[in-house]
Amino acid sequence: MKLLTHNLLSSKSLKGVKVGYPLRIVAKDVKISECEFNKEFVKKIIPKLDWKVFVNAAVEIGQTSDLSDELIEDYEDDDDYLKKVHHLLMEVEIINGELICPETDRVFPISAGIPNLLLNENEVS
Amino acid sequence: MASMKLKTLQHALEDIETFDNPKIELEQYTTSSHIAACILHTAQFVYNDISGKCVADLGCGSGVLCIGAALLGAQYCAGFDIDPSAISLSVENAADRDVSGQCDFILCDVKKIDKNMQLKAFDTVIMNPPFGTRERGADLIFLKMALSLATEAVYSLHKTSTRQHVLSMAKELGVYAKVIAELRFDLPASYKFHRRDSVDVQVDLIRFALRVPVNNL
Repeated sequence: MKLLTHNLLSSKSLKGVKVGYPLRIVAKDVKISECEFNKEFVKKIIPKLDWKVFVNAAVEIGQTSDLSDELIEDYEDDDDYLKKVHHLLMEVEIINGELICPETDRVFPISAGIPNLLLNENEVS
Repeated sequence: MASMKLKTLQHALEDIETFDNPKIELEQYTTSSHIAACILHTAQFVYNDISGKCVADLGCGSGVLCIGAALLGAQYCAGFDIDPSAISLSVENAADRDVSGQCDFILCDVKKIDKNMQLKAFDTVIMNPPFGTRERGADLIFLKMALSLATEAVYSLHKTSTRQHVLSMAKELGVYAKVIAELRFDLPASYKFHRRDSVDVQVDLIRFALRVPVNNL
């Protein structure tokens, strides 16, 4: 599971959960999978991200990065910066681990790279 | 890659592994490589909705639409399915085609995906939803979910017999819908209750535009 996917997921499907975002991450195995750098795509996706959630998630899974909590202003012309974002967003894959609901601590397992958000009938909102 | 010919794309999708034991209640009919290639080719070369885009596939099954989108240059393809065996199949198939880097597959209930995913997170949604034959209304729930995730367009297959119903729902929701192809869906006798070897079903490929089309394509 990529950090881009993590940036989009919530646990609002759980009964009683209001926001369910961001999900906490526990990463047991992380692997790097190569994905072609597309500058235009990264430029386009950055404004759509919850930036702080993205930066925190990278730290949470042990990826050292010098990205700060605030998005830099002139990122569109900064190739090195865009490449860093691309790497963390698309190439870092959580293979085994957990996603955790911030409100209920319900654990959603990630195994073989697949996050499992399925609920039992009695948990559905 | 973005100029890939229809035949080349179809060929690339041809040996995608399909379900060993399709589940009736989920209406797991595999999208044939031919139909998948036709949908994706039209989406890319007529509407420019694939290359460089974020694409979602709801009820991704074998992953054929996700993988095809990735082969046509979609930058991020997310496939969603409620069935763990379908998701595992998608992951394997994506790895076989060398597109894992662009794809993520997520196990969740597509009918409630608006409570698991940020709305409007994707440019394009491409899907072959259940036709709603086994579970009435499943097709329209999938469509509503797709429309909540996409900012540009949704491509979906619906039985031609339900066309008026689907188009009037689109109108109610304020989206512009256009039947862009009529396909003959050759459903092989996947299930034991199918008496004949295969059944032809008339199916519409419908494009739902989330923005007002400029040139009325």
